[in-house]
Amino acid sequence: MENIYLPKTAKIIGIKDEGLDLKTFTFSFINSEVKEAFSYKPGQFLELSIFGVGEVPISLSSSQIEKGSFQLTIYAIGEVTRSLHKMKVGDVVGIRGPFGNGFPFDEAKGKDILFVGGGIGMAPLRPLIKDMIDNRSDFGHIIILHGARTPRYIIFRDELKEWGKVEGVEVHMTVNRVDGEKWDGEIGLITRLFDKIEINPRNSVAFVCGPLFMIHIVVEDYLLKMGFQEEAIISTLERHMKCGVGHCGHCNVGPKYICIDGPVFTYREMKILPKEF
Amino acid sequence: MEEKVISREKVVTFIDTLIGKYYVFAPVKKKDFISFDEVKSGNEVYLGYRNSKDSPKRFLFPQSEVMLRYEKGRLIEEGPFDYGKRVIFGIRPCDIKGFSLLNKVFDNHDFRDPYFITKRDSIILIGMGCREPQTTCFCTSLGIDPGSSDGADLFITDIGNKYVFQILTSKGEGIISEYDGFNDAEKADLDMKEKVSEDAKERIRTKVEISGLKEKLDGMFEDPFWSDLHEKCIGCAICTYLCPTCHCFDIEDETVNDKGVRRRNWDSCMFPLFTLHTSGHNPRESGKERMRQRIMHKFNYFVSYWGDTACVGCGRCIINCPVNMDLRKVINNINHG
Repeated sequence: MENIYLPKTAKIIGIKDEGLDLKTFTFSFINSEVKEAFSYKPGQFLELSIFGVGEVPISLSSSQIEKGSFQLTIYAIGEVTRSLHKMKVGDVVGIRGPFGNGFPFDEAKGKDILFVGGGIGMAPLRPLIKDMIDNRSDFGHIIILHGARTPRYIIFRDELKEWGKVEGVEVHMTVNRVDGEKWDGEIGLITRLFDKIEINPRNSVAFVCGPLFMIHIVVEDYLLKMGFQEEAIISTLERHMKCGVGHCGHCNVGPKYICIDGPVFTYREMKILPKEF
Repeated sequence: MEEKVISREKVVTFIDTLIGKYYVFAPVKKKDFISFDEVKSGNEVYLGYRNSKDSPKRFLFPQSEVMLRYEKGRLIEEGPFDYGKRVIFGIRPCDIKGFSLLNKVFDNHDFRDPYFITKRDSIILIGMGCREPQTTCFCTSLGIDPGSSDGADLFITDIGNKYVFQILTSKGEGIISEYDGFNDAEKADLDMKEKVSEDAKERIRTKVEISGLKEKLDGMFEDPFWSDLHEKCIGCAICTYLCPTCHCFDIEDETVNDKGVRRRNWDSCMFPLFTLHTSGHNPRESGKERMRQRIMHKFNYFVSYWGDTACVGCGRCIINCPVNMDLRKVINNINHG
């Protein structure tokens, strides 16, 4: 029997600064069989271990890149994430997973796509955006909205610029406030970007990721009012997770476990869960 | 099914025989309570017990368990570690049912927990029917019979001067053959066994209504009921620690001088830290949400997910609650509210 709690060793092979306290780490498994067997879907997450510090769940922020490699974009906020930020290329960590259900992909083919990513909520959306751009002809118009706290918190800055150049892809950004940085773009909540876009809600799928209050406002005050179908609004839910396999009880919400039944839910599924977020 | 009998005195010798071959855990009388402990002699076993203070779930799911060892940031040894062959002697039907509920969680078709499964597979369960249920027992309301042998390898009924042993599995058969002091049960023994079981069932006087409870709770998440219920609770979580069905745990690293272990420790939905996010946000901020989670998980969410109620009616949470929260009253209030 495979030990579901046994982390597999992976080496840091790249580190990119993404903004204040934000880095994207590229990892590669050391064992070649593990490398070969590893595959995942956008929207799934991994359990990252630093032995002696602990284990944390982190969303995959890369689409399938080189076999056995993957990326995690991590905000230094807790013990494990702060320790990771001190690590350098060549250092090793433990990895379990992937866990969770992941985003629907084939179901969104032929539709216009709206991405709404608040802060680090862009991280799980990034692989989906990349996969859709790579399969550009399968999807209609793609709109990407990103909101950050201040300009220095804007994530995947270069990629957002590149994605905006792809035909049929629009990118809009805003910051909540400017904190001494140079910025000549939009200032205000992510919702103000809705004034700038045109989308046909009847034939669109929206992917919304970010802080809970943002999800509430974006979904209830905007998407539903615009006429999006409840099952065409897709979001992720967060919970303090430990095991990743539905055993430890931490992420239980009503009759669901966020780690195995989620973290991706349609609004139709989300709205029947107990209001406990 | 085959039944054997043995005299009261010989049970001690039978246990002594097992001790040479297995780690034997049995009810032992402590200063003012009973607990399952490893015994080194049959004489240590206290078979006049009503039930143990703590649930024997810790034999499958210990309060603290080493998952792996590391040194200087590298994994050096992985579990599950060998616990040896163990016999749990004298476990009650409610606690065996508890094992089967834990089994649903830890050994499901999607994710199998090797730490739990290794221990489960190396344990032989010798169940024992109840003669004197406690006033807080309400297992019959949960469909459990105090004389039920379900889930046991061997099942003992105390019929006065003798014990009847029912052999239920090949593991049970194997253990009986370790000792030659058994005789075949006679009709009179079996009749007596029936009577003892029936009497025990009669003695369980508290009844709570479980049918329809799940459906009732379906619409109660926002009910004002929860606002008052938690008021006297001090959040000590003893109810969840002693519960045979509670399975929540935390995973933590413990390091001393570069060397350490990753442990899993019992955790509880009654603690505020249980749901605290790193960001500082806590979706279950007060005792109200935590108490609601405990009740809802047992009688509604677990039922939806695993098709059974996460309560065995052992009454441990009632006996040991420092502020006298009585789960039976809570259920009655939900049913009649």
